[in-house]
Amino acid sequence: MENSEMAKKITLLDRVLLLVTGVLAAYQVGFGIRSLGFIPEISYAVAFGVLLIAGLLIIILGFEILDSPMVVVVATIIPLSMSLGLVAQFYQSWLGPFAVFVALSFLVILITRFVGGKGIKVIAIIIGHGISGMIIFLVPLLLSFSGKTPGLFSFVGVGGALIGIGGSLLSFLKMGKPILSKNTILTILPGLLMIMMICFLVGFSALAN
Amino acid sequence: MKSGQTNPQFPLKLASIRQKYWPLIKSLQTGLLLITGLAGYMSSRCPVSHIPTLLSLTGSLFLAISGSTVLNMWFDRDIDAIMERSKKRPLPTGLVQPGEALTLGLAISVLGVGWALILDPIYGTIVFAGLFFDMIVYTVWLKRRTAWSIVWGGISGGMPILAGRALGLGHIDWIGIALAASVLFWIPTHIMTFNIRYLDDYNRARVPTFASLYGVDTTRKIIAASSVLATIFMGLSSYGVGLTIGYTRILAVLSGGLLILALYSAIKPSEKLNFGLFKFASIYMLSSMLLISA
Repeated sequence: MENSEMAKKITLLDRVLLLVTGVLAAYQVGFGIRSLGFIPEISYAVAFGVLLIAGLLIIILGFEILDSPMVVVVATIIPLSMSLGLVAQFYQSWLGPFAVFVALSFLVILITRFVGGKGIKVIAIIIGHGISGMIIFLVPLLLSFSGKTPGLFSFVGVGGALIGIGGSLLSFLKMGKPILSKNTILTILPGLLMIMMICFLVGFSALAN
Repeated sequence: MKSGQTNPQFPLKLASIRQKYWPLIKSLQTGLLLITGLAGYMSSRCPVSHIPTLLSLTGSLFLAISGSTVLNMWFDRDIDAIMERSKKRPLPTGLVQPGEALTLGLAISVLGVGWALILDPIYGTIVFAGLFFDMIVYTVWLKRRTAWSIVWGGISGGMPILAGRALGLGHIDWIGIALAASVLFWIPTHIMTFNIRYLDDYNRARVPTFASLYGVDTTRKIIAASSVLATIFMGLSSYGVGLTIGYTRILAVLSGGLLILALYSAIKPSEKLNFGLFKFASIYMLSSMLLISA
């Protein structure tokens, strides 16, 4: 266990919020991302699929599962695959280089979980989360404000900001450099995930209409 | 008591009967198997247009599965009294007498199988086969002799979904067999994680398990291999049923979750992860059944 502080006990409210998040994520995997193209659909399905499985595992095992060293890796898959989906959908000419960046980021974050000092781990997280987080946050806002997508698509950007906050809080907690106390993070996490999921749902449904 | 008046003791009496006998049917396990039967039926008859058949399927399967479970409880009451996790069940505590349980188990089994046979001979025969494999082959014959009895337990567990589909179609097809195989291979994920969790209990009761025979590490690898097979057969069944792409994607995500959890549990085992796998396997089966029914 990398963080010695005792994990907060999961409450019924936490479980309900995570269940709602899981159901919404399942809906997104199944029906919320249709007719967007093969790579965007697969990328979004991976992101929402990881959210679904992660939500179910926290419901089953409690917040103690967040003590696993794999949490940083799992928390990275979501923004990386989501940003890959956005680039594949809206900036196809950038898809090749960005796919390389996504693959390298994932590998570096995975490898630095097992080798390397704290500094390199933090740098890998900042680059991976930072760039993909900025894409999820900025691309939907820019597209919406420029009128290229419906206005509601900007909610994906809001969801991106929330997932960026959640992912960073968890990652830095796991690094032993917490931004907020562990208890505070675990108290707000289920609500944050649910609101984020609602934002994604609203944002992507705007594309379907 | 005048006619039209209700006996104020009646609800209390009902509650007392429920408290006494309901634990005998292991409602969660019975409920999950019943859901597989309904899913098997709906996989061939969706949308369901013949409600009386659906209700008869529900009633007969519920009675047959419950009857089989009560008979198991009756036969295994000596084991249950030794095992920590089961010693508070109605039979070991003396809340229900063995004769009562045997009579109840036989009565509802006969009612369930009889109802099933009247409904459809093929369906009824499969329901009977499930009860026979579970009670006679698994519980009476093999459970105390070999850890491999779980295979027969798994086969009997796959019978409700095969029966449900056969009732819908009027015959047995490869999809029904694939669905039954997915349940058969899911059962080790469910039962063996349970065996590992309560290994001391099983050893004390001298019930052979894979964990006691081949060791916990090997058992975890078998669980992982079994999960792979369960997801393959579930995928095959969903293809046969003609699941839409959306539902297939959800099933793929859940299958991926089960596989990763089983593999991770084999590579980096822990008690917590083992329990998580046990619970996730139940969620997986329930969700898969809802998806193939949709």
